[in-house]
Amino acid sequence: MEKFLYLFRGGDMPESKRSPEAMQAHMQEWMTWMGGLMAKGNNVEGEPLHSTGMQVNGSGKMVIDGPFMEGKEMVGGYLLVDAKDMAEAVEISKGCPILEFDGKIEIRAISRTGM
Amino acid sequence: MSSSESPDLNLIVDHLFRHEAGKMVAVLTRLFGFPNIEQAEDIVQETILKALETWKFGKIPENPQAWLYTAAKNKAIDVIRRKKLHYKIEHERAALLKSEYTLVPSVNEMFNDNEIKDSQLRMMFACCHPEFSEESQLTLILKTLCGFSTAEIAKAFITGEETISKRLYRTKETIRKNKIELVIPTGADIGKRSDVVLNAIYLLFNEGYNSAQAAQLIREDLIAESFLLANLLSENPTTKSPKVYALMALICFHSSRSESRLTPEGEIILLAEQDRSKWNQSLIQLGNSYLNLSAIGSEISSYHLEAAIAFEHCSARDFSQTNWTQILRYYESLCAIHPSVITRLNKAIVTMQVLGAEAARQELQEIADKKKIESYYLYYSLLGEIASKLNEIPEARIYYEKAIELTLSEKERRIIRHKIGSLRK
Repeated sequence: MEKFLYLFRGGDMPESKRSPEAMQAHMQEWMTWMGGLMAKGNNVEGEPLHSTGMQVNGSGKMVIDGPFMEGKEMVGGYLLVDAKDMAEAVEISKGCPILEFDGKIEIRAISRTGM
Repeated sequence: MSSSESPDLNLIVDHLFRHEAGKMVAVLTRLFGFPNIEQAEDIVQETILKALETWKFGKIPENPQAWLYTAAKNKAIDVIRRKKLHYKIEHERAALLKSEYTLVPSVNEMFNDNEIKDSQLRMMFACCHPEFSEESQLTLILKTLCGFSTAEIAKAFITGEETISKRLYRTKETIRKNKIELVIPTGADIGKRSDVVLNAIYLLFNEGYNSAQAAQLIREDLIAESFLLANLLSENPTTKSPKVYALMALICFHSSRSESRLTPEGEIILLAEQDRSKWNQSLIQLGNSYLNLSAIGSEISSYHLEAAIAFEHCSARDFSQTNWTQILRYYESLCAIHPSVITRLNKAIVTMQVLGAEAARQELQEIADKKKIESYYLYYSLLGEIASKLNEIPEARIYYEKAIELTLSEKERRIIRHKIGSLRK
């Protein structure tokens, strides 16, 4: 098994669809998706990210507020997923409910030292 | 990842977001004042969205409810500070929100269990203010107390979203214009105002139980919500009353049959043909205990009588053993206090069982409001049944066809077509 990082961007529910019941249903889809992966041994582990943060830059160590960008461009959260190879990691990601609302998933293989 | 943090599919109870949204809107509206209800709704929306965005990565907090309340409290405190909202708040606690020393504790206090229930009750009475039409009352209840969205309300009432939005807009105007506040009426007022609240809950239940067109899921939600609202009334010493218990009994008895009313394909099964072993006995027992509680006091309301009728149906072992004579007596009392066209129509159905088709026809002829009754498909369907019993087959067919014309529900049409089909035999 290899480890992969999923970076999530966008995929917010459109405002017109945000009823409490619909939001719970959407969350349930996430739970079902991740629960299914856990059951298949693709250990998932992840965390949401705050929309605000800081950036420290270069040798000057300049600190600025940020990142400032459009909501849909910002990384909203990440998951670490075990998969056989990139092909499987891509396949797994297709079931992610973030795609329902036009979100994006960036998939990166974690490089291991000595390989 | 430790085991306590692993994604748990069933950690969140059904409708958690919707039910907590209803509670939080009630609490925050009480905090901000009824005219500022939109501010309350915005905060609740943001809170639920934040929960979704945070929890969807698999980290559902151990106490989801407390998490939501903390998030909502923080947002509320922030809004009061930032927007200086307290200038717009005109209730007894407004002064406490002005000072930093009392702001946070005051907001915290509003989120304890008793205060939440109190806020929900206040909201219930405010939604059922006599200034609002019945349909506005129901819409407002669903929106604020039950956490339905405009689209979901539209689905429940089988109307357009636009209609519901306009209706909500108008009610909010009325709130501002009439300075309606979130209070539980006291003294002489409580009885009259409670009747309006009970009527709204009853209508909500009916909408769920009798709507032939709304989707099954929405209907079940409406029935469950009406029970929860009545239960809130029954738990409070000021608002509990025999009528409240009677309404709860009525809801329990009717809901006990919901499993057997439809085939797996969603077709209607008539009472005579329902599989009574599918009736939910624990709901019937619950209904019985509420019916006993409702017997305290001297007033017999329409809820008492309707509950008693439903009890008779629930306790009959099969259709032929139904105590129709007793049911007819209840209908007579019901017509005396609440002589609506639909009640009289139902009474005629029972009359047919007890006294025969001729008597039922007589009964229908005595209903004065012809214009109203002739708009009901059930009226023609019953006329058809009477004619068929009296062997007037061509007339029966004409009545049934008229009934088919009047109903908007495809399921009901199929039932009547089936009746036409069996006429020839």
